[in-house]
Amino acid sequence: MTKTLITNAKLIDPEADSVSPGAILIENGVIAERFDTPAPDVAGADIVDAGGKCLAPGIVDIGVKVGEPGERHKESYGTAGLAAAAGGVTTIVTRPDTTPCIDTPEALEFIRRRANEAAPVHVLPMAALTKGRDGREMTEFGFLMDAGAVAFTDCDNVVGDTKVLARAMTYAQSLDALVMGHPQEPTLSKGAAVSSGKFATLRGLPAVSPMAERMGLDRDIALVEMTGARYHADVITAARALPSLERAKRNGFDVTAGTSMHHLTLNELDVADYRTFFKVKPPLRSEDDRQAIVAAVRDGLIDIIGSFHTPQDEESKRLPYEEAASGAVGLETMLPVLLRLYHSGELELPTLFRALSLNPAKRLGLDAGRLAKGAPADLVLFDADKPFVLDRFKLKSKSKNTPFDSARLQGKVLGTWVSGQRVFEA
Amino acid sequence: MRFDQRHLLGIEPLRPDEITTILDLADQYVTFNRSRDKHANALAGLTQINMFFENSTRTQASFEIAGKRLGADVMNMAMQASSIKKGETLIDTAMTLNAMHPDLLVVRHPHSGAVDLLSQKVNCAVLNAGDGKHEHPTQALLDALTIRRAKGRLHRLNIAICGDIAHSRVARSNILLLHKMENRIRLVGPSTLMPSGIEHFGVEVYDDMRKGLEDVDVVMMLRLQRERMDGGFIPSEREYYHRYGLDAAKLSVAKDDAIVMHPGPMNRGVEIDGTLADDINRSVIQDQVEMGVAVRMAAMDLLARNLRANPKEVMA
Repeated sequence: MTKTLITNAKLIDPEADSVSPGAILIENGVIAERFDTPAPDVAGADIVDAGGKCLAPGIVDIGVKVGEPGERHKESYGTAGLAAAAGGVTTIVTRPDTTPCIDTPEALEFIRRRANEAAPVHVLPMAALTKGRDGREMTEFGFLMDAGAVAFTDCDNVVGDTKVLARAMTYAQSLDALVMGHPQEPTLSKGAAVSSGKFATLRGLPAVSPMAERMGLDRDIALVEMTGARYHADVITAARALPSLERAKRNGFDVTAGTSMHHLTLNELDVADYRTFFKVKPPLRSEDDRQAIVAAVRDGLIDIIGSFHTPQDEESKRLPYEEAASGAVGLETMLPVLLRLYHSGELELPTLFRALSLNPAKRLGLDAGRLAKGAPADLVLFDADKPFVLDRFKLKSKSKNTPFDSARLQGKVLGTWVSGQRVFEA
Repeated sequence: MRFDQRHLLGIEPLRPDEITTILDLADQYVTFNRSRDKHANALAGLTQINMFFENSTRTQASFEIAGKRLGADVMNMAMQASSIKKGETLIDTAMTLNAMHPDLLVVRHPHSGAVDLLSQKVNCAVLNAGDGKHEHPTQALLDALTIRRAKGRLHRLNIAICGDIAHSRVARSNILLLHKMENRIRLVGPSTLMPSGIEHFGVEVYDDMRKGLEDVDVVMMLRLQRERMDGGFIPSEREYYHRYGLDAAKLSVAKDDAIVMHPGPMNRGVEIDGTLADDINRSVIQDQVEMGVAVRMAAMDLLARNLRANPKEVMA
């Protein structure tokens, strides 16, 4: 097998929390050597000159929706994989909220087969927590884990019956399975399209207080204390939920939390005149919330950032705001969009990749997310400064529902390697 | 006199001088409407379609009469019975209608923002006749005209808006308009019927009606929107009437010449005492209906002038 040497790189190392010049040698799908000199002499290696640009561990994106099975017209494994590669995402961790949902080992095997055929990046599936995602009966965790499920979640269908969730978490604990919750008090947030406050009232839209998120998180954390299950909160967006999270971590519970690229970079006012491409779940929050969430990522209280890539076709979005579907695509845009936080001085690059690559890999027990010798050669090379205007029709996703259409962004992916294979070249 | 709007989607985009322009013209139409021969040609040759996705008798009739008196060809479409039931989307309906070249589209829709969405897809002038809990601009304008004629001015008045603020598009439009015209606005109602973030709207909020009505010039009552509630906002109608229903005793703390308004239809004995509603010395509820026709004539007249002045300005 050939050797590839990426020279002249600015190495973004989230593990060492450092940015330094260096080179990476790829061989047999792994990082064979890491050099602290920009141009080491390696015999017989193909040279890729990074030209001083950033090289970081590839992104591990937890919570990606692919339209298979059921909605392949919105996104297939092929298009999702291309979008991921173009966005520097080397592992996509898929959501089970498909039609039908992924709640049996047979369904899981189907998507693993499809993913292997079609996607140029790693695909790891999550499975539903309850059958049919209807919150009544737990799925076959054991069989599903044998088939490759890396976590269990009902996505935005919150399990309302606490007894059901308690049992599922108890059972998950016995298998050491990871449960991913969507912290939300479902009766309070039912029907809501935006966060409560002045904007919601001005637009006359049904609203939910961000407090519903804290209530959901508090319940889930109490269940972690009760059952000992491993728990990950998918999206934390409200400042008021952070003290609960902080307390849970301080008490040593096995709790981690994520947030989304949209809640880190947009606020409720971006919805403006009912722009449905900005409708996400949970709804965009106030600027105070956004800043608190950015700070929580910086401090490490929030562990993981995801795109929560949710492809929707035009028909699902071109409706009155209340009726329009939620979600936005993000695989391809996540890195350039999040680089806004780097350019504004809110997050350093190693911090960003700690949340994008290192922490999600760790949480799922993967060896990826690092720039160390022996780690998988899942890498992203990007120019952090290159400016461009996003044209949604040029996205590789089948669905073009991004809130960043026509946005001025700075930072472009130049190349992506998955297990040492180059899967994207700008 | 300036009016630079292409549509009338809400009070929010209007400047104070544009509001005055509408009201001044509406004043002329009040006189006109009281004459025996009430037929004008301001909208002659134009087609007006009233598209109501939500039941309405009063507003639809008001728009219809307004259009007809100005010479428009008026057509009513009851959308609940139509293709929307067959699964056609709002956009498709809009495009279909647009192909028939209407000039004025009057739209009421149960979802906030739906009229805005529709206006982006058609070439004609769109008037919002109420969208969800968002805005109902012609109601706020007719209320403003009623107040201005009764009080002689539309600024520096103490105005109380009472009742179900949370579910009311009338309240939102009125708050925006009265605020733009520099009045003091009080909102009176139980806290369960106050929308979130209301403290940022430049209003004073009261949950005690006797305090809220003290020395006010205008009392605007709102209908309890029972059909928009999913339960549990108030303990019972009788307790609501006791605490927030307008009667002579509660009104006695307002100024002696305070007027009483209601956008209709009224729930007598729920939010307002029947006798008080009929008291011609206090209640201007019938005037509001009259002003409604005049204001709608003025709004459509002004939009039609802009339409005729900029015929090329159309959506792709």
